[in-house]
Amino acid sequence: MKYYFPVPTTFILAAILFLCSCKGERKLPIYGLRDTKTVKNSDGTTSVDTVYQTIPAFKLLNQDSTYITNDNFKGKVYIADFFFTSCTSICPIMHRNMKKIFEDFKDNPDLMFLSHTIDFKYDTPAVLKKYAQKLGVDGPKWQFAYGAKDTVYTLATKSYLVSVEQDNNDKQGYVHQGYLVLIDKHKRIRGAYDGTNPEQVAQLEKDIPVLLAEEKN
Amino acid sequence: MFYSCQTAESVQRDAYYVNGRDLYIKHCQNCHGEKGEGLGELTPPLTDSVFMKNNKTRLACIIKNGLSGPVTIHGKVYEGKMPDFNMASIDIAQLTVYITNGFGHKQGMYSSEQVAKDLKQCR
Repeated sequence: MKYYFPVPTTFILAAILFLCSCKGERKLPIYGLRDTKTVKNSDGTTSVDTVYQTIPAFKLLNQDSTYITNDNFKGKVYIADFFFTSCTSICPIMHRNMKKIFEDFKDNPDLMFLSHTIDFKYDTPAVLKKYAQKLGVDGPKWQFAYGAKDTVYTLATKSYLVSVEQDNNDKQGYVHQGYLVLIDKHKRIRGAYDGTNPEQVAQLEKDIPVLLAEEKN
Repeated sequence: MFYSCQTAESVQRDAYYVNGRDLYIKHCQNCHGEKGEGLGELTPPLTDSVFMKNNKTRLACIIKNGLSGPVTIHGKVYEGKMPDFNMASIDIAQLTVYITNGFGHKQGMYSSEQVAKDLKQCR
């Protein structure tokens, strides 16, 4: 005897398969170095866990001259970048784009912004305050951070993986990359987007809701 | 065919405008924006026609030497500092034609001879 699916059943099966294949939720990759650690399970066996690279504890002054630490970003997704206020090359473009995202997610308390200055000579908290006010984003949602050269430069190159350096041959004195780095609730890097590239900034705008949704689970 | 309807001056002005646009994208757009909209209160917009008209002879000096000290644009005071752009007179002329004919302005031609003359009057 020959067994066959009637046409409607075949159609429904195909439809289910089709729907399943489209449903696969997009997940952002986890960047940075990885390590492993052996953990003991409750039943006495051991297994291996992945240890992801995370942003280490920091303590920096913000635009209000108060200290900010990781705790200010606890349970938040945030976008970090490195800039300086007197920069006229890529920084205005980065912050023009960041400001747009800031406006778009204004009412979402789960997203924050953290801009570090790399001009440790001139960009004191008072200068950062004025800059934030003039950019029109002064408030707790967007933090502007000031710290010693070593602290900030190490944080940039080792933790956020953004290249920054002082360059006396450059007219403005500093050279840096314009990445907007997306950090998740667990302090892991989930994306880096060129803040001067409209396509990558658009991608960042699309990725933020994906990450926020993931963090809700 | 279309060119025959244009005067020699308007052809030259259009050429200045197009070159000026390239210079604008390269040197000015970062801060002043694609549409001359400025950036918050950090960078003033270039859309104030009254300012552009009243300061036409000053624009060359501002581009060449930068600007520090307050300027009032659209009735709002901007205090930031604009860096200097050491450009040739021809570039300043082309750039000025772009920014004084784009962004809703219509000030017409501005020659490099005029740039040289205006630069002598810089304060």
